[in-house]
Amino acid sequence: MTEARLWLLHLLAGAALLVLLGAHLVVMHLPRVLAALGAGPADPLTFASVAERAASPAWPLLYLLLLFVALYHGLYGLRGIVLELTGAARKAKVLVSTVLIILGAAALFYGALVVFRF
Amino acid sequence: MMEKVMPRESGPLFWITAARHYGLEHWLYLGHRLSGLGMLAYFCLHLWVTAARLGGEAAWEARMALFDNAFFHALEYVVFVACLFHGANGLRLILAELGFGLGKPGRPVYPYRTCLERQRRLALVLVVVALALAGLGALDLGLGR
Repeated sequence: MTEARLWLLHLLAGAALLVLLGAHLVVMHLPRVLAALGAGPADPLTFASVAERAASPAWPLLYLLLLFVALYHGLYGLRGIVLELTGAARKAKVLVSTVLIILGAAALFYGALVVFRF
Repeated sequence: MMEKVMPRESGPLFWITAARHYGLEHWLYLGHRLSGLGMLAYFCLHLWVTAARLGGEAAWEARMALFDNAFFHALEYVVFVACLFHGANGLRLILAELGFGLGKPGRPVYPYRTCLERQRRLALVLVVVALALAGLGALDLGLGR
């Protein structure tokens, strides 16, 4: 894939994160404000709340999408920084990209396991 | 004759020193990078913490108890603010990439105005939005006490 397409995907992933991570932050970090407004559980971190979200059909899919999009956006950003520091020589580029793809795939597998084996 | 050494125009030191020359947008660039790296580090920890649910309720409660202290609550709030900042500035960057808020091209008449200066109002609006949401997060923490 060309660098321009990778960059475009990075931007699209960023736009998707604004929605997905935004929703995650509102639910997980503003629970008392939400509860005061009569929406959402008072404490989303109790095991019962976690189990309730895991049992719904939408949350696991949203979490998987969030995981994939966040990993791509984050690791592509990290790749840019590492290549800036190490120089953009072809060998360095291939090595850095390969390592990050392996790390990303492992994290995606681990995260998907947590989302769906629960 | 000694070869003239040009300053290295990349690297973490340049990220900081360049801010003196390039103004607000460079500080936003620096903040974007640092918040991005911080969030990526937190993301790894977050994956490990949430994986505890596979071990059942006791394992979940035990792992959550590890982070139920003032230090981690403060760290969590810092990450929340970093997410807000990174998101608001990221939205500005996406809009700039698409050409929004940069103004129409014109003749270069002194004193020159760059497209960054034309977009500064948008940058400030987004910083204010991020600060307002950070305030809401602080209010939520306050309600929890």
